[in-house]
Amino acid sequence: MSVREAPGAPLLPAWGIVGTRTVATILLAIFASLVGAYPVTLGEAARIFTGWLAGRPDGSTAETVLLEVRLPRIAAALLVGAALAGSGAVYQGLFRNPLVSPDILGVSTGAGLGAVLGIFLSLPIILIQGFAFIGGLATVAVVYAIAAAVRGREPVLVLVLAGVVVGALAGSMISLLKVLADPYDQLPAITFWLLGSLSSIRPADVWSVLPAILAGLVPLVLLRWRINVLSLGDDEARTLGVEAGKLRIIVIGATTLMTASVVAISGVIGWVGLVMPHIARMLVGPNFDRLLPASMLLGAGYLLGVDTLARTMSQVETPLGILTAFVGAPFFLWLLARGRHGWE
Amino acid sequence: MRHVIASTIMLLGLFGAMPLRAGEFTDSAGRKVNVPQEVAKVFASGPPASVLVYVLKPDALTGWPRSLRENEKPYIAPAQRELPELGRLTGRGDTANLEVVLKTAPDLIIDFGSVRDTYISLADIVQTRTSIPYILIDGRFEATATALRLVGDALGVPERGEKLAEYTETLFADLDAALATIPEGQRPRVYLARGPDGLETGLKGSINTEIIERAGGRNVADPGDADVRRGIVQASMEQVLAANPDTIITWDSTFFEKVWSDPLWAKVDAVQKGRVYLSPLLPFGWIDRPPSLNRLIGLRWLAGIFFPEQFNQDLRAQVRSFYSLFYHVDLDEAALDTLLAGARGGRPQ
Repeated sequence: MSVREAPGAPLLPAWGIVGTRTVATILLAIFASLVGAYPVTLGEAARIFTGWLAGRPDGSTAETVLLEVRLPRIAAALLVGAALAGSGAVYQGLFRNPLVSPDILGVSTGAGLGAVLGIFLSLPIILIQGFAFIGGLATVAVVYAIAAAVRGREPVLVLVLAGVVVGALAGSMISLLKVLADPYDQLPAITFWLLGSLSSIRPADVWSVLPAILAGLVPLVLLRWRINVLSLGDDEARTLGVEAGKLRIIVIGATTLMTASVVAISGVIGWVGLVMPHIARMLVGPNFDRLLPASMLLGAGYLLGVDTLARTMSQVETPLGILTAFVGAPFFLWLLARGRHGWE
Repeated sequence: MRHVIASTIMLLGLFGAMPLRAGEFTDSAGRKVNVPQEVAKVFASGPPASVLVYVLKPDALTGWPRSLRENEKPYIAPAQRELPELGRLTGRGDTANLEVVLKTAPDLIIDFGSVRDTYISLADIVQTRTSIPYILIDGRFEATATALRLVGDALGVPERGEKLAEYTETLFADLDAALATIPEGQRPRVYLARGPDGLETGLKGSINTEIIERAGGRNVADPGDADVRRGIVQASMEQVLAANPDTIITWDSTFFEKVWSDPLWAKVDAVQKGRVYLSPLLPFGWIDRPPSLNRLIGLRWLAGIFFPEQFNQDLRAQVRSFYSLFYHVDLDEAALDTLLAGARGGRPQ
C-alpha cells in the first residue's frame, strides 16, 4: 500500500477531529470515574476531588476507590490505548502494510514470555512486570539483530520474517511453561495475563510506565515528517535525503519502548494497535503528522471505553483482550462499509 | 489312577488360589467394571485420585502425577516420598503417556473428580485400549464418604474406607449441627484471594470455593443467579472494596505477607481486623489444589476460623490426628510449626 494524501476530503478538517476527540475522551474519562462496583455518587466525587485538590484527604473508602483505584485505572487505559494505537500507526507506515500490528516484531509475545516466566517462578508482581518489559525489549532486539545479520536486499521483509519466527519461538516457549506450570495456581494467572486486563493497576504502575511512553513518543513526534517519507519505501526515502536504515532503528526502538512498557502493566491486548490506526486514517488521512495524534486519541478513548465496560458489565472482570475485539469488530466493519476514506 | 486324582486335586488347589473371579464393580458414573479381587498396583489418573489412593492404600500407589517437592516430603510416608512422576491422564493437558501407564502395569486406574461425559468416554477409551479396568469416582465434596467406601471396597481395604468415611460423616454432621444454630446473617463474609496480587478468586458455587461455603462462609464473589461459568475469575480492587469481606483466605504467601502493609487492602474490613488467613499447603492444599480429601482438614480449620465459639478445638491436635489417620505420618512440633505458619491468621510476627 502506498500512502499518499487522501483523494477525498476527510470527514472533518483533521485538527478539528483531533479536537473533538480530545473533548470526547475527557468526557468519557469523567463518566468512567463515576461508574463502578463501589457506589460513589456525583456529589461525593465532587467533594473528594475538591478535598484532594485542597490537600485534605478524608480517608474514606470512597476516596480510596476514586483516587487510588479508578483514576489510576482510567489513566492506565488511556496510556495503554494511546501507546498501542500510536505504535500500530507507526508500524503500519514503517512496514507499508495495513495488516501490521505493534506485535509484528514480537514485542507482545516476548513480553508475554517474560511475564509467564515470572509467574512460573512465583515472583512478586513488580518483578513479573519487569520480566515482561525486558522480555519485550529483548525479543525485538533479537529480531533486529537477526535481520541485521542477514543483510538481504529487502530489509523490511527480512525484519518481518525474523519477527514472525522469533515470535513463534517465544509463543512455543510460553506453551511449554503453561504445560509445566502448577495447574491450580499458576495456570489461571498465566491465562489471565495473556488475555490482558487492567484490573490490578496501581498508581505506581502508571507512574512507572509514563516516562517510558514519553521517552518513546518524543522521537516519534520529532521524526514525524521523516516517518512519512519512510512509508514511501527505502529508495524514495534516500532520494529525499532520509537514511532509512538509521531512521528505522530509532523508530523501532521508540515504538518498542512504548509497547513493551504498557504491555508489562496490562498484559497482552490485541486489536487496538491493529485497527485504531485504520480508523484514524479513515478520519484524518494518512499524513503521519496528523495520523499519530489521531490514532493515539482514538486508541486511548477506545480502550478507556472498553475497560469501563469490562469492569461494569458484570459482577466479574471481563478480560480486555476478549472484549476489545468483540466491541471493535462490528464497529470496524461498519466504518469499512461507510467508505474507504484515506486508504489509497 | 491315584496319580490322576492327585493331579486333579493339585489343579483344583491351584485354581482355588488364583483370583479367577473378578468382582463386578459399579463406579460413580454407573459403569460396570471388572475389578480384580487383589488390587496391588493402582494408577491414579490425576492429583485428586492420587490423594485418594494414597490415603486409602498407600502401598498400591505407583507414582505421583508430579514428583513431590522437598518441602512436601516430610508430610508423606517414607515409602511414598520417592515415587516416580507419572503425569496425569485427565484434565487440562494429558501429560501421561499410555505406554508409561502400561509399563507400571497397574491392576486398576482410578479417576477421582468430575463424572461428566467427557471423562466417561475417556475412561472407556483407555480401558479398551489398555485392557486395564478404569473406574470413575464422583469427586464432589459432599460425596466424600461415599467415595471412601467405594474405593475402599475396590482396593480391598473396606475397613479403612469405612473408618475414614465415618470420620468424614462426623465432621460434616458436627458442622451441620453448629450451622443450624447460626443464622445466615451472622456467618462471615469471605473472600478467597488467589494469585500474588490477591485479585483472582473463585466464584460462589465453584469447585475452588466449595469448602468455604461448606464451612458456612458466605462467599462475597457471588454473581447471583447469573448464568456464568463458575470458576476462577479476576476481580478488581474496587470490587473487593465494594464487597468489603470480613474474612480473607489465601494460600499465596507473597500476598499474605504484602497485604498487611498495602494501603488499598488496608481499607478492607478483614485486613483491619487481622482476619486474613494463610492456608497450609503441605503436602496437599487445605482449600483446593487438588480438590480431594485434603480439603477435609481445611474444612475443620475453616470452621474454627468462622465459628470459634462452636469449634474452639485445639488446631494442632486436630491436625496431628488427621495427618496420622489420613496421611500415615506423625508430625513433630517443628513440622507442625512449618505447616501452620499463617494458619492462625493475623499479621506475621
